[in-house]
Amino acid sequence: MSESQILSTQQPADHERIADAASGAVAEFNLPQATLAEKAHRFFHSNPTAAPSIVLLLAIGAFTLIVGDRFLQPFNMSLILQQVTIIGILGIAQTLIILTAGIDLSVGAIMVLTSVVMGRMAVEVGLPPSAALGLGLLTGALCGFINGQLVTRFKLPPFIVTLGTWNIFFALNLWYSKSETIRAQAIDNAAPLLHWTGRTLEFFGAKLTYGSLLMLALFFIIWYALNWTAWGKHVYATGDDPAAARLAGIRTDRVLLSVYVVAGVICAIGAWALIGRIGSVSPQAGMTANLDSITAVVIGGCSLFGGRGAIFGTLIGALIVGVFRNGLALAGVDVLWQEFTIGLLIIVAVGMDQWIRKV
Amino acid sequence: MSNLSAQQPVLQATQLIKRYGHVTALDGADFDLYPGEILAVIGDNGAGKSSLIKALSGALVPDAGEIRLDGERVEFKSPMDARNAGIETVYQNLAVSPSLNIADNLFLGREKRRPGILGSVFRMLDRKAMNNEARTKLSELGLLTIQNINQAVETLSGGQRQGVAVARSAAFARHVVIMDEPTAALGVKESRKVLNLIKEVRDRGLSVVLISHNMPHVFEVADRIHIHRLGKRIAIIKPSTHSMSDAVAIMTGALNPEDHPSCTANT
Repeated sequence: MSESQILSTQQPADHERIADAASGAVAEFNLPQATLAEKAHRFFHSNPTAAPSIVLLLAIGAFTLIVGDRFLQPFNMSLILQQVTIIGILGIAQTLIILTAGIDLSVGAIMVLTSVVMGRMAVEVGLPPSAALGLGLLTGALCGFINGQLVTRFKLPPFIVTLGTWNIFFALNLWYSKSETIRAQAIDNAAPLLHWTGRTLEFFGAKLTYGSLLMLALFFIIWYALNWTAWGKHVYATGDDPAAARLAGIRTDRVLLSVYVVAGVICAIGAWALIGRIGSVSPQAGMTANLDSITAVVIGGCSLFGGRGAIFGTLIGALIVGVFRNGLALAGVDVLWQEFTIGLLIIVAVGMDQWIRKV
Repeated sequence: MSNLSAQQPVLQATQLIKRYGHVTALDGADFDLYPGEILAVIGDNGAGKSSLIKALSGALVPDAGEIRLDGERVEFKSPMDARNAGIETVYQNLAVSPSLNIADNLFLGREKRRPGILGSVFRMLDRKAMNNEARTKLSELGLLTIQNINQAVETLSGGQRQGVAVARSAAFARHVVIMDEPTAALGVKESRKVLNLIKEVRDRGLSVVLISHNMPHVFEVADRIHIHRLGKRIAIIKPSTHSMSDAVAIMTGALNPEDHPSCTANT
């Protein structure tokens, strides 16, 4: 600071008095007329599920026009819901992790491993079905705990941690199952509880499975936890800016660890739904589930950079994928174009997120 | 503020030492803050004022030395400890979560829960109470130009964000508010608002520690000025007895405070 800049007065400096006297217009905000794009941007910014909801409605409308009424029938709608149940449940776990700016590549492997634990405990060890289910949930929690410890204690990047545990959990699954499938008949005899998620409720031609209802219930529970509890606020704050969250007194490591454990338990619930859906317990099931869950989260408008997104966006994201797959199949389009379309959707969704995140 | 020595400091540090390998950040630093005053802490880059402030706010644990709050020895292991003791800090990088709204940010880390079973079993947040209280706090500080308490903080201007951070600390502090470069990123008008806010916080009976490089701001609002150099306090001056050039000269070592009669030199 040079001599000339140093002022002897303790009063507000002259330049400030001039600024005070000046028109207040400079300090006002939102004055210029917002353009349509700006308005749209503001709308999508404050309503993260708006964009995926619009896409879902447009897709349903388009496929109704292309395929005809059979697409909109209750039976077909409930079929789509059944088809997205597994991915929807894993998507809940994935959303929690992605909200903390992480990613979990091991959700599918956790699901398969816990389904094998549930199946073998009930059928081969002969435990009561509820105990087998409980042990499966516990296994899921343990897998999540391992992921969480590696991320928080050893400060490893979530991508690398879960890439590693994906392989480890999958190998354990092959070892424990001896690469053998447990047949549906055996499960029905020993542990009908494990098939409960596959049972259906019928009304107006719709066939809702208990697994789908379980998924919807989970969405509501996690929605509540994220929006109405301090834990939820801490999850968002941790993903948004971990340093700021720590300075605000949040123990971010504990939040992260809790998120990974909860995600592990949700994957185990996904395993229960998986057994209900396919009937048997197969160590080869759900091979693509981890990437599909990420797809649902991303299309649902959750930001991969953390702190931004809504849990119901993931449900909508999973439904969008389900609607496209189902609609394209009914329209007789080759399966490869389903994959092509999903790929396009992912890129458009991430592009939208980049635009929306800008303030 | 005429006979400070007769008063008990609200926050006091003696002979704080902190070393990082070969680098000494705090080399026997002392610090005294009296009730109801604004104490500015100035010092060149690398003088160790950030380390001092971090030690006082719990973000750093000193290797040696002691900190007393109202005469009682305290040991802060984390920022949460300092907050629980009634010391709030506004950090230079704001420490607000951009995607959370204003009310959420004000209560981040100390959310209110609903009374009864909803709060105890279902852990349900009392959004209404938090929104109301947030609105009251902001209007008390003259900050209610912010229209919507549920607006995300990232949609606010720099000055408004700083206002939220100051409001948070003023709302919860029981003893001391520490502000690290609160005007560094702000324009002229926004700086003025924040300076007025700082005086407002003092006038409500809290003690304020202001860290700033901006000499006009320091000389305008501070009651006393703590000058930090080479890891310790080398002088305390008052804006009424010293000029900004004196302050800068002491801070940079051009002037030895012991040669200057009215300095309260640190011995």
